[in-house]
Amino acid sequence: MENALNKQAVSDDLMILNMGPQHPSTHGVIRFVITGDGEVMQRAVPHVGYLHRGIEKLAEGLPYPSFVPFTDRVDYLAAMFANHGYAMAVERLLGIEVPRRAEYLRVIVSELNRIASHLIGVGAMAMDIGAFTPFLHGIREREKLNDIIEELCGARLTYNYIRVGGVSFDFPQGLDAKIRAFLDTFEPLMEEFDRLITVNEILVKRCANVAVIDAETAKSYGLVGPNLRGSGVDWDLRRDLPYSAYPDFEFNVCLGRGFRGTLGDAYDRFIVRVQEMQESVKIIRQALDGLPEGEIKGKLPRKLKPAKGEAYGAVESARGELGYHVISDGTDKPYRVKIRAGSFNATSIVEHASRGLMIADLVVLIASLDVIAPEIDR
Amino acid sequence: MEGNEIRALIEEKFSNAVISQHDFRGDDTIVLDRKVLHDVLGFARTDPGLDFDLLVDICGVDRSEMGLEPRFAVVYHLVSTRHRHRLRLKFPVPEDDPVVPSVTDVWVGADWFERETYDMFGIRFLGHPNLKRILTHEQFEAHPLRKDYPVNRRPALKPIPADILTLKPFKG
Repeated sequence: MENALNKQAVSDDLMILNMGPQHPSTHGVIRFVITGDGEVMQRAVPHVGYLHRGIEKLAEGLPYPSFVPFTDRVDYLAAMFANHGYAMAVERLLGIEVPRRAEYLRVIVSELNRIASHLIGVGAMAMDIGAFTPFLHGIREREKLNDIIEELCGARLTYNYIRVGGVSFDFPQGLDAKIRAFLDTFEPLMEEFDRLITVNEILVKRCANVAVIDAETAKSYGLVGPNLRGSGVDWDLRRDLPYSAYPDFEFNVCLGRGFRGTLGDAYDRFIVRVQEMQESVKIIRQALDGLPEGEIKGKLPRKLKPAKGEAYGAVESARGELGYHVISDGTDKPYRVKIRAGSFNATSIVEHASRGLMIADLVVLIASLDVIAPEIDR
Repeated sequence: MEGNEIRALIEEKFSNAVISQHDFRGDDTIVLDRKVLHDVLGFARTDPGLDFDLLVDICGVDRSEMGLEPRFAVVYHLVSTRHRHRLRLKFPVPEDDPVVPSVTDVWVGADWFERETYDMFGIRFLGHPNLKRILTHEQFEAHPLRKDYPVNRRPALKPIPADILTLKPFKG
């Protein structure tokens, strides 16, 4: 890492300020080198790679099913999606069908996971701005979700639940009712959350018109997921390139509309996440109602040996398109796995979007993009 | 547009550069010569029928253990939010001259993808504004996703300077 603090000449009264890699508001080990004219930033250059573990290299030495636990570590706040994307890519490569019940279970756990991830996302954003209580409300609800998923698969964060060909466990008795009970209490709690922070004037003033990313820039930088939708681009893989059981469900794609300021500002990205949680609740209810009976795992050979070729599997993760490009050379280990994660692009836009912002607003920008370090570095 | 129509359109437009094409497992893929890389990606971005506005991914592949020539390939995944279609473009890159043109002027987001591909495979992108390592340390000496890089290799650490532990008075 070049030492920007020493190398760059500090001229014209510009100040070079280092933020991170150990900083509570960078959401993981990311470092930003800020060039500022007083309180106003000229740019904030992100330096990433502190969490690079070479997951893609490790994949090349492991049999196909053994890589699933590693995918948990790609995104530890929404590990279901990371499992799901990889499983989908390998299933496409093998050309196998997944039982309907397994697809429904995948959707249910994915959407539960999306709620958990967004609760952290919006809660942490509020906390970065200075409101601590909403974060605790988010953590409290997420704890219930962790309990539900723990009962299902034994793990609270790194699930290893969605496997190649299906899922690892069926619903235990009574879990259906527990999820319904959670959803029943969650919806009124979201109203409370909205009253507490979403329409809070301090939050609105800190976020509205800050770090505006217009639709063209967002697309050009390859933003995906809530960040792209916050800029008003109507794009959701669940609806537009449907996979798994999503075509069976009705839900809205939430878009930024310039709710309290400009289209594509930090507040729009915040609101999109809040609204998406309510859409997830809808999807889970429909999936629980229509949960079909049957197997939870497709018929797989003992040793997975896909034909030579390549496949791309992508899911709409809590941070947008999470895609796995898997290349097979006909053996039981993947020849190459490339993981495409939403946070990578979201971090790359920081240099552009931070121009002219106040230094204190950099925290708002990073939090509104909801980046997560292991997904950037892999 | 359907996948076979996309492939036909690009094959017609760049007929002398198309090496092969397939739709294995429904992923439409075209392999082209790297001479037309910038042209074909620019065409995919601007043509109203294609309108690939999202560059989903750029990745490198080291094909040496697959027995394919040339050694490397650069893979582009594109998606169109308007037409809702996907496309994969592959460009083989030889080992002795691992250079391809940069597409940062077509999609700004290509910047970091190209830096990652350079970092992991040593493929250079001509015209990139800031082609530096991104995930590994800048003093790192190899390209770790190449197949000849052992998975368990630890990079040599620089010796600690002898005077680093001696306390020196701070000079403002």
